[in-house]
Amino acid sequence: MGTVNIKVMERHKQTFWEKSYIPEIARGLGITISQFFTNLNPNKSSRETFTIMYPESGTGHYASRWRGQHRLMLREDGQVRCVACMCCSTICPANCIHIEAAEHDDPTIEKYPRVFVIDELRCIVCGLCVEACPCDAIRMDTGVHMAPRTERGASFHTRDEMMKSGGLSVATRAGQRAIEDQLQDT
Amino acid sequence: MPEWLIILIKIVAIVFGFVMAVASLLTVLGDRKQSAKIQNRVGPNRAKLFGTSILQSTGIPHFIADGIKMVLKENTVPNGANRFLFNIAPMLVFLPALFAWATVPFMDQWCVGQEITVVEGYQEVCKSGEWRNYFQIMDINAGLLYAFAIAAISVYGAAIAGWASNSKFSLLGGLRSTAQMISYEVCMGLSLAGIILLYGTLDLNEMIRAQGEQLFGFLPMWGVILQPAAFFMFFLAGMAETKRSPFDLPEGESELVAGYITEYSSMKFGVMQLGEYAATVFIGALVAIMFFGGWQVPWLYGDGFHFGPPTGSPDIAIPYIVVVVLRVLSMVTKILFFVWLQFMMRWTLPRFRYDQVMTLGWKILLPLCLLNLIVTAFFAAVF
Repeated sequence: MGTVNIKVMERHKQTFWEKSYIPEIARGLGITISQFFTNLNPNKSSRETFTIMYPESGTGHYASRWRGQHRLMLREDGQVRCVACMCCSTICPANCIHIEAAEHDDPTIEKYPRVFVIDELRCIVCGLCVEACPCDAIRMDTGVHMAPRTERGASFHTRDEMMKSGGLSVATRAGQRAIEDQLQDT
Repeated sequence: MPEWLIILIKIVAIVFGFVMAVASLLTVLGDRKQSAKIQNRVGPNRAKLFGTSILQSTGIPHFIADGIKMVLKENTVPNGANRFLFNIAPMLVFLPALFAWATVPFMDQWCVGQEITVVEGYQEVCKSGEWRNYFQIMDINAGLLYAFAIAAISVYGAAIAGWASNSKFSLLGGLRSTAQMISYEVCMGLSLAGIILLYGTLDLNEMIRAQGEQLFGFLPMWGVILQPAAFFMFFLAGMAETKRSPFDLPEGESELVAGYITEYSSMKFGVMQLGEYAATVFIGALVAIMFFGGWQVPWLYGDGFHFGPPTGSPDIAIPYIVVVVLRVLSMVTKILFFVWLQFMMRWTLPRFRYDQVMTLGWKILLPLCLLNLIVTAFFAAVF
């Protein structure tokens, strides 16, 4: 037969002062009232609210590896870097990248994306497209948060839109970015 | 102006201009904002007025959107509900909360001659003129009885709403609210018995006038100074009457969904809510009148400030019209303060258990009220 250990908890005995409720209620009211007036302070920095007024005031600091809206990087002549290899749309777990390839006039470049649409509503911000891209054409380091929109169509980001926020990339090989490149495009 | 027109203006100004405005705006909105401030949140501030950011951070567009939503929602009646009773129940909750305001005075009667003097015994005398009742819808000498009688009718609304909905949650909620309101009405009435003994009148305006006297020649003789225990008991019972936290057992979300308003939708639901808020404002008004001197401003009489018993010319003379404005402001401020305090209580205290509510009502409050009455009667008889 084993023994059972019982721990006897010390109960907090209420004093008469606490049992009469009113002083304790007054104490509780004191706490909430002081909180109320602290947060009514016209000087907003001395309030205790932690709410960030997004999107009016932004979210403050983003880490450099933080993933936001996509952007499409550009070549030195301003054309899109993407060669429509379909790596990103293949790996995308949310199936949100739609690419239609077309033949490029320049014989040194095989293909380019005629249509490149990312459905930001379906995007799960995993960043796999960026890692899959062999030629550093797509990045998610815009620092722009995907804000809720009232129109569905506004969430379909087209190629030209994403190229607008994209910068120059002179990466030569897959996955390897030159230091100058990182300095240049920011 | 004919008499009926004056009454109509008074009704519109007091009921719609004050009660409804306060009950809807300051409560539906203020409650949300106030709770946000207490809990270190910001509160409603997302809705926009026609796409602009005017008043956005105040949350007023939310309030307007809520109202529109209420009106536009589908009005459903559950299967098997008693249609007639189901439909009149919200009115029975809402109307008493408005009717009760008929006797609430926002100012003493208006002296037409505007030559007012204060004589021995705190009597304000209207020289070369007469008193006109401009700040109270109905001047009856049993005002307190009327207010209580009307306020008690809202029990029917809750009970009928619970029964007619053909829902178990509603029925339980209706039963709970009936039991709770009837229990606390006893304490509410008895806690005021001492006040009635001391002032010797049921006329609310007379009561306020009596509170203009000064105790020991310097202290305003407000009800809370004469009857501090009664104030606590009345305030507690009043909060229980309004069926809001910490006494919101009739609509305890965790066990009863929303109690007797479970099955109500659209504006019928809105009216039920508004009735509750209007009752909150009314309790605030009663506390202000009975215990905090109603429209009285301390040491302010018809012709100005008297620091000490008013005889002869005032210490600081003030024109009558300014006195009137100060008094109305005083009344409104006191009501708003007690509404605020009730909300503060709501966000401070956790909910009681149902048996605790009943124990508090019958075993603690009722004996205390009786004790208070006996002690008051003793003092009233001796002195």
